[in-house]
Amino acid sequence: MGRYIIKRLVMTLVVVIIAAWLIFTIMFFVPGDPARIMLGSNATYEEILAKREQLGLTGSYISRLAKYMYNCFIRLDFGTSWTYETPVFEQLVSRLPYTLIVTVSQMIFSLIIGVPLGIYAALHQNRWGDKLVTVFSMLGFSIPGFWLSLEMVILFSLRLGWLPAYGTGGIEYYILPVIGMSLGTLCQNARQTRSSVLEVMRADYVTTARAKGLSSNKVTLKHIMPNAMLPIITMVGGSLGGLIAGSAITEQTFSIPGIGLYMLTAMNNRDYPVVEAITILLAAITSICMLLTDLCYAAIDPRIKAQYVQGGSKKVRRGRKKNG
Amino acid sequence: MKNQEKEFLSVKDLVVEYTSEDTVIHAVNGVSFSLEKGHVLGLVGETGAGKTTIAKSILRVLPDMSARVVGGEIRLESEELLTKPEKEMEKIRGKKISMIFQDPMTALNPTQTIGAQIAEVISTHNKISKAEAQTRAMQMLEMVGIKADRYQDYPFQLSGGMKQRVVIAIALACDPELLLADEPTTALDVTIQAQVLDMIRNLKKEMGTSLILITHDLGVVGEMCDEVAVVYAGQIIESGTKWDIFDHPSHPYTVGLFHALPDISKKTDRLSPIEGLPPDPSALPDGCSFHPRCPYAEDKCRQGEMPTVEVSAGHFCKCCRCGIVNEEV
Repeated sequence: MGRYIIKRLVMTLVVVIIAAWLIFTIMFFVPGDPARIMLGSNATYEEILAKREQLGLTGSYISRLAKYMYNCFIRLDFGTSWTYETPVFEQLVSRLPYTLIVTVSQMIFSLIIGVPLGIYAALHQNRWGDKLVTVFSMLGFSIPGFWLSLEMVILFSLRLGWLPAYGTGGIEYYILPVIGMSLGTLCQNARQTRSSVLEVMRADYVTTARAKGLSSNKVTLKHIMPNAMLPIITMVGGSLGGLIAGSAITEQTFSIPGIGLYMLTAMNNRDYPVVEAITILLAAITSICMLLTDLCYAAIDPRIKAQYVQGGSKKVRRGRKKNG
Repeated sequence: MKNQEKEFLSVKDLVVEYTSEDTVIHAVNGVSFSLEKGHVLGLVGETGAGKTTIAKSILRVLPDMSARVVGGEIRLESEELLTKPEKEMEKIRGKKISMIFQDPMTALNPTQTIGAQIAEVISTHNKISKAEAQTRAMQMLEMVGIKADRYQDYPFQLSGGMKQRVVIAIALACDPELLLADEPTTALDVTIQAQVLDMIRNLKKEMGTSLILITHDLGVVGEMCDEVAVVYAGQIIESGTKWDIFDHPSHPYTVGLFHALPDISKKTDRLSPIEGLPPDPSALPDGCSFHPRCPYAEDKCRQGEMPTVEVSAGHFCKCCRCGIVNEEV
């Protein structure tokens, strides 16, 4: 198992390096001159040339790529933001906690409400409780998060004055971003859990468990849930990446000084070092999330664990990727 | 009255329906039989005849969503099972009555070790420590011919035959008084079949368990059973001792079943199957449900309830023409 984890971590590094190369190449070829944008329309040609030199925008693709990769992965220096003129690394360190707090809370919230809702619906299939959950999750899934967030701000902040509309601070600042932006994920979790539990409920081994004389609670807890969790974990692992990517919208809507907002501003200003650093960070976070997902899988399903322990042959891993 | 006392299990007029969307599937239509302690009853019939549904009704593990017991009674030692509260039924399941399921490949939880799955039923019905339950589970494994050191194995690490033994070990772990064996050998190859049957027979001898053996293999019936009930379209169309059924089959369907068997003493080029297919259980034909396939069918077979005729003492046949059939055979 340890060998498998190390192998996966090495692969994560490879993914990150490839992501760095890709984003560098894209930014290299993307139209728009950062020097011109930074200096404004009144700058002279000489000024622009000098600025380009200063930003390191001269030189061939290969030489700039080599320098960039050396700085990123050997010196761990992600450069200085052109707009803020502060080191990118410092900014990331101070901003990442906000993004993580919001996304992880969103994930936990959508899990602890969504999964039990789905289980409840499945165990009461076709009764009114189930129908209510189904309609609710259909609605919640279809409503765009930013729209719901804005409506909630209007109701709870402007009309009722219960919660702050934007900014950061105590726990009350995170309630609206978390609920407003994760309702879609929550409903998706509920729907996936419901269908997954319903499928497992029909399995023969559940009948075996009932035939042993177990109470229905025990059957649900020990036999239905572990097996129904597998597709749910896949989905949650996938949705975490989505939530982090969606943090740009959350942070923009609620003015939270996190990674997402940083990235949006940087993109508008052609602030290359920032965009590149954030892309690398997101690639690393997503890869690690996927590794965690696979480890959760192995913890629950002994068949998958056996594959990993055997050294995880290429065939096996490819098969898993397809499922994930 | 004396007969009543000897009856261990009695099923009377059991009717079970499945509902899916708007169609009602008549899976079991008025089945009655009884079983004495220590005896083996074979339920024989084609796939989809309702044999498994009968067994699951006795244990009350039919799927809640789709299945419904419409009527009838099931008595175990003159205690009515169908109206028992769920809590009391839980005490009976796995302890007094247990079931060996048809498909060993899907009958075990893939995420639990086989040992834990056996120990679970033991600790549910006995107030013993975890370690004791584990020891007993290991003994059960040994008894069904699996080494105890495979306790920590998961179902995917076992072969089909071994999984079936684990399923049997679960069923036998609490010394049940009644064992419902649903095609315990169908998913296995012939050599393993013989081993499993031997095992069930030995256990029956040692523990005095009563057994309902569901199968479509007449060879297995001949080897194992005392009494036989032939099930067709959710009804028992013929019942009696093994010898009644094997030597004097009286219902045209039973006769057809035996004709469909190859006879090694004669040179046969073709087997003679029963023509046609079992009826659609959501639209059963009027009258005798076998009449569309029956070579002896005449007008009175096509409507009304068929009479049950006692061909000889204890040998019943649900056919209005079984006298004629008997003469011809």
